[in-house]
Amino acid sequence: MARVVVDVMLKPEILDPQGQAVQRALPRLGFEGIADVRQGKRFELEVEGPVDDAALARIHQAAETFLANTVIEDFTVRVETVPVEEGQ
Amino acid sequence: MTARVGVVTFPGSLDDRDAQRAVRLAGAEPVALWHRDTDLHQVDAVVLPGGFSFGDYLRAGAISRFSPVMTTIIEQAKAGMPVLGICNGFQVLTESHLLPGAMLRNNHLHFICRDQKLRVENNGTAWTSDYASGQEIMIPLKNMDGRFTADRRTVDELEAEGRVVFRYLDGNPNGSINDIAGITNAAGNVVGLMPHPEHAVDPMVGTGGTDGTGFFTSILKRLVNA
Repeated sequence: MARVVVDVMLKPEILDPQGQAVQRALPRLGFEGIADVRQGKRFELEVEGPVDDAALARIHQAAETFLANTVIEDFTVRVETVPVEEGQ
Repeated sequence: MTARVGVVTFPGSLDDRDAQRAVRLAGAEPVALWHRDTDLHQVDAVVLPGGFSFGDYLRAGAISRFSPVMTTIIEQAKAGMPVLGICNGFQVLTESHLLPGAMLRNNHLHFICRDQKLRVENNGTAWTSDYASGQEIMIPLKNMDGRFTADRRTVDELEAEGRVVFRYLDGNPNGSINDIAGITNAAGNVVGLMPHPEHAVDPMVGTGGTDGTGFFTSILKRLVNA
């Protein structure tokens, strides 16, 4: 089965207090030099059958209407090559 | 014969019974609707109650927006049926695009639960006619994802058209844009807000006041006089 990854991120202009909380915690844990953190969501969709243009169009539609709220979020869709041992 | 006001129960709804009670106290007949219903049982209006729905796993209201009952409610709301969304119900309304904008996590990342003062900015909606314009009311607020946001053009449009129905007073509890607590659609039949009027209809509980009763008496008058 092929894997399609949908990454969803808050739009740049939207305040992300969760990302800010993570960013503030980093230096306390000794991880210096991180100026900013934005937190998002990653969906891994295992697709039955070929990932052709029609399948990608369907996934794009699912991302636009459901996985992301395009009022506040942007998304990207990409096909991921699954390593052989994982893909068995 | 009185007005029939449906109250939807989603998996995770908390305030459906309180909403039914508020409808009854106002003199209307509450009708329980289930999320799997496709038929609205001849109700004249619908309340989407607070609480949670489907775990709010993806985003608050994102999954419930696709439930069978919502398909019918969206259709009827567009045809003019009054709909009130409270808290999670407001989130469902924005996810359904019956109301513009979206809800985000509170800017301070804490769940908030307190009595909240609001100003009624618009008493021309189906759900606010029993309030005076500019009236200040106190009703409970309890949520995690209450930060209303929308792009600048949408906010300007809401403000210009008087579609901001409620604004937070004495401190914004969640960082919502322009202190917005609730809005309406252009027709004024769909209203959503984060605070909970159904918890302020009985002096024995909640705030000790009945500032929330006006929502339910407003809709009753509207439906009976229709």
